[in-house]
Amino acid sequence: MKWIDYATPHSVREAVDVLSEAGGRARVMAGGTDLLVALRAGVYDIDLVVDGKNIPELNEITYDPTNGLTLGAAVPCYKIYGNQAVATAYPGLIDAASLIGGTQIQGRASLGGNLCNATPSADSIPPMIALNGTANIAGPNGNRQVAIEDFCTGVRQNALGSDEILVSLHLPAPVANSGANYIRFIPRNEMDIAVAGAGVSVVLDNGDIKEARVSLASVAPTPLFVQEAGDAIAGKPANDETVRIASGIARDAARPITDMRGTIEFRQHLCEVLTRRALNTAIERAKENN
Amino acid sequence: MATTRDYEPNVVLSNQDYNVVGTRPLRPDGADKVTGRALYGADFAAAGLLSGSVLRSPHAHARIKSIDTSKAEALDGVRAVVTSADFPQGGEGPVVWQRDNVLASDKALYRGHAIAAVAAASPHIAEEAVSLIDVDYEVLTPVTDVQSSMKGDAPILHDSLMTDELGEKADKASNVASHFQHVKGDVKAGFKEADVVIEREFTTKTVHQGYIEPQAATALWNNDGRLHIWCSTQGSFAARDACAKILDIPVSQIRVVPLEIGGGFGGKIDVYLEPVAALLSKKTGTPVKLVMSRADVLQGTGPTPGSYAKIKIGAKKDGTITAAHAYLAMEAGAYPGSPVGAGAMCVLAPYDLENALVDGYDVVVNKPKTAAYRAPGAPNAAFAGEQVIDEVAKAIGMDPIDFRMKNAAKEGTRQVHGPTFPRVGYEEVLEAMKSHPHYNAPLDGPNQGRGVAVGFWFNIGFDSACNIAVNADGTVTLQEGSTDIGGTRASIAMQAAEVLTLPYEKVHPTVVDTDTIGFTAVTGGSRTTFATGWAAYEAAQDVRTKMIDRAAQIWEVDADTVELEDAVFKSKSDPELSMTFAELAGQLGRSGGGITGTAAVSPSGVGGAFAGNIVDVEVDPETGKTEILRFTVVQDAGKAIHPSYVEGQMQGGAVQGIGWALNEEYYMSDSGTMDNVSLLDYRMPTSLDLPMIDTVIVEVANPGHPYGVRGVGEAPIIPPTPAIANAIENAIGTRLFALPMNPAAVAKAVMDK
Amino acid sequence: MPGKTYVQTNINGEHVDFLCEPRQSLLECLRDVIGLTGTKEGCNDGNCGACTVEMDGRIVTSCLVLGVEAEGKEITTIEGIADGSTLHPIQQSFLENAALQCGICTPGFIVASKSLLDQNPDPTEHEIRFWLANNLCRCTGYDKIIRAVQDAAVKMQEA
Repeated sequence: MKWIDYATPHSVREAVDVLSEAGGRARVMAGGTDLLVALRAGVYDIDLVVDGKNIPELNEITYDPTNGLTLGAAVPCYKIYGNQAVATAYPGLIDAASLIGGTQIQGRASLGGNLCNATPSADSIPPMIALNGTANIAGPNGNRQVAIEDFCTGVRQNALGSDEILVSLHLPAPVANSGANYIRFIPRNEMDIAVAGAGVSVVLDNGDIKEARVSLASVAPTPLFVQEAGDAIAGKPANDETVRIASGIARDAARPITDMRGTIEFRQHLCEVLTRRALNTAIERAKENN
Repeated sequence: MATTRDYEPNVVLSNQDYNVVGTRPLRPDGADKVTGRALYGADFAAAGLLSGSVLRSPHAHARIKSIDTSKAEALDGVRAVVTSADFPQGGEGPVVWQRDNVLASDKALYRGHAIAAVAAASPHIAEEAVSLIDVDYEVLTPVTDVQSSMKGDAPILHDSLMTDELGEKADKASNVASHFQHVKGDVKAGFKEADVVIEREFTTKTVHQGYIEPQAATALWNNDGRLHIWCSTQGSFAARDACAKILDIPVSQIRVVPLEIGGGFGGKIDVYLEPVAALLSKKTGTPVKLVMSRADVLQGTGPTPGSYAKIKIGAKKDGTITAAHAYLAMEAGAYPGSPVGAGAMCVLAPYDLENALVDGYDVVVNKPKTAAYRAPGAPNAAFAGEQVIDEVAKAIGMDPIDFRMKNAAKEGTRQVHGPTFPRVGYEEVLEAMKSHPHYNAPLDGPNQGRGVAVGFWFNIGFDSACNIAVNADGTVTLQEGSTDIGGTRASIAMQAAEVLTLPYEKVHPTVVDTDTIGFTAVTGGSRTTFATGWAAYEAAQDVRTKMIDRAAQIWEVDADTVELEDAVFKSKSDPELSMTFAELAGQLGRSGGGITGTAAVSPSGVGGAFAGNIVDVEVDPETGKTEILRFTVVQDAGKAIHPSYVEGQMQGGAVQGIGWALNEEYYMSDSGTMDNVSLLDYRMPTSLDLPMIDTVIVEVANPGHPYGVRGVGEAPIIPPTPAIANAIENAIGTRLFALPMNPAAVAKAVMDK
Repeated sequence: MPGKTYVQTNINGEHVDFLCEPRQSLLECLRDVIGLTGTKEGCNDGNCGACTVEMDGRIVTSCLVLGVEAEGKEITTIEGIADGSTLHPIQQSFLENAALQCGICTPGFIVASKSLLDQNPDPTEHEIRFWLANNLCRCTGYDKIIRAVQDAAVKMQEA
């Protein structure tokens, strides 16, 4: 690895100053499980690593049933599913948080990092899209919010300016009769990158789908929000036929490539299978959540 | 993944008991290895040690027009840069190939081919310096699979390589290094007699041994002209001799010190870093350490080949195989020398055939030069042969184990390539499979299937040496030259202890360097417990004889009248005369001096090993994912010296086979480079992908070894790929003919059905 | 080139300070700077688990931690698992169950297994396999490793 410097700001303000000074030749590190690998591979040409783990706001988890969840960008995965209130309120998020990497990676990796890394295969992004999440960003001119589905702008590219830092993620409080699920397909049972993934959420109303959101991993340059899949089934009964409609739309919306992890055909096929299975689980969860 | 079963998961079908042999003591190097104290290849440290880094070709096939190292040499902290030009030149054929594989001269023949190397003050500086080396490449079209490479219009790797066609040299350059045949009987006539004839084609991809420790070597070319090498190797003498050849110096000028080795499976026999570290040390006058990255390991060291096979088998309705033809073509990698020869010896070995023909092709491609990997060549061949056997058995309506039993090779069966089997345990393996609770348990669910398959590996003998010295306290020290990858210090010491009637704990084995012990061949070929164990047996016999002589001398009796039993020397003629081993050991200094025993052996009585698998799978027909539900390995070990480590070989080999079957492959891009160069995407099985692996050790003693040892390391990797393929066929009703049988392939097979 | 960074940390219960470059991983610092070579490198990208250490009560792959991040942390490596001359029950169990062949993955497995049993003294086979899935072993097929952890769990509960 070429020489880098290392900064440990203790406030968001300080971090923004350091980033501004670095003029785009810096990246923020949370758990480092993606960043250090990318630096060794020469993916980023930077001079400075800014460690976000000493900034209080990046390490906080706050949840209440009215305002929802605010999750510091550097909170490691194990602390998310270790938080009973969060685990109960957002099982669809926990699905993803508990399958990113193995035990050792879970001690470091964060959902903020997963989002900023902005790979198409990021497991936590589809469920956060499905759960209507937003990213809280701080910069020299104050704070701004970006919807999760708008955050990734290309492969490993995101909406952050070079002088901005992702402070936290926000998910609205779950409403009654709602349910969510994220599943991915990997060839092994652990330690793999998603060949494809599906994150979905539904809200039921007397046995009908009131609202649904579908998002896919690993089948486009960015995590894909398939709004038309959810829109097409709003108002329809929560049954196999409805689920099939949405999963068919998801399959058709996928724009995968063929690479070492899967072919175009296999990934399109998986989008249908995974969306169907995830919707069925989300509907079951919604029925239990009343 | 239930594991609590109503039967013993690990069984030893033993028929002879010994005092020490067959027990399960703790390994002598164990404490060091559970505390982090053991020193492996990369752990070596020395005063003034420099770090090296190797520049590797980004192209799969390119002519090297020039190399400019000036910018690298100018970087602060860089001490030396070397290229192939620094090696002694000259020679032809294998020695040039070996040298060019270590550092390319005129052509880069695979992505990851070493081009130049740097020694610097730190690994980071060395890495930066490597990026400053300018190489002018003329990029050529690569060919990376065996079938394409055999075509007439394929890009040629070596202008000087002409096919050896059944012993005749061709006159035109080709990527086919050789074509050979083994013939027995008349296959044409044999197929005419058959009621059922099945012919199928199969392909397999390149896979890697996947040892967890990357290669590492430190060299010091000392001021007295002697070269010292500390490395992680399967064979310190093999490394010494290879370096001597490449560096063109006498073997006596090199001392190789084997450090602990973090896995090898055949992949740490060839040298890669050692000669390069030697050149760098010669230039700098200081020790230089080179350590590979994981990407270097996958791209720059020898994997086992991708291959193509066509198998044709005919049988009568009564189950008699009338003829078999195996056509095997294997990738050698960048230089000739694929394991197709071994594959050809093994592919039909389990069967007593009247008429058989094996064709073998050794083919170069633009991938790393293949190295040994656990029964090299045999798994590729068995994936093909054992599936056709399964299909023929089904076609004539016979149980697959009964079908194999009816045609089983046994003592006296002449193999297709010539030799006749001595006593082998194949029928006993089949019997143990047939009667195993696993084979008789019902499957419980749709999309589940069961498969069986068998495999044979011939095992090897070769040279081994051993020294034993008696200590005054009644213990002995044992020195051997076989590096210990999986518990062989224990299995060798146990054989010495058995001869000396000592408890195992009284024998202290050490693996020593090439200046300290007689020539010992590699830890490979399933030979170590067999051949080095035999050397230990002979050295212990030497000690035993000398100790008996000494007791006789002290007692002033005839040596014939003295016996050693349970570590006590006794006179048969005078019951009063008795002395423990330790008592005699304590008197050696006063009675004529210390006692040492020594032996150098090259045993010929090698016993081949048969292994069989029973496997249950469950396939998700939508995603194509295969779960291994239950796996049983049955193997003839001859005699399991240390049953726990024999089981470990069987389980480890089976799991490597599972990885090979389901996910492992070199995923090659169109430009001929491997895309999946990490352990994230080169998918070896994790603990969560597996059930417990049950074992049955069958013991049919090898008459060619004092304790009946056959060798166990390699046979277990042969049956898994066809056993799993047969199980998948049983689950989904369609057969897969290509490895890996990954989810995409299985899902496609289900959809195409 | 800028200077090295001074780091104060605690390793295996003892105060340790060292100088490192910010680009050096904790793994490099342990092995090359501090001389604790029991922690192994197998892949340098977090996928093999050979470099597993415990940091502030949680296991991590030390190749994916910068050495400078060790400032103020408490780190346990394989060298700190035994109690003086007495092996930890997990170490003893790995020996008795023949749970190592080449031994290169063993330090990582032992550190990870200890962390599991510290948190979950009576894990199921599935829980053991799940917890250890970030640790690759290429020799054993995991069977004897799983049995060693099960055996250690029983012995530690009896103790």
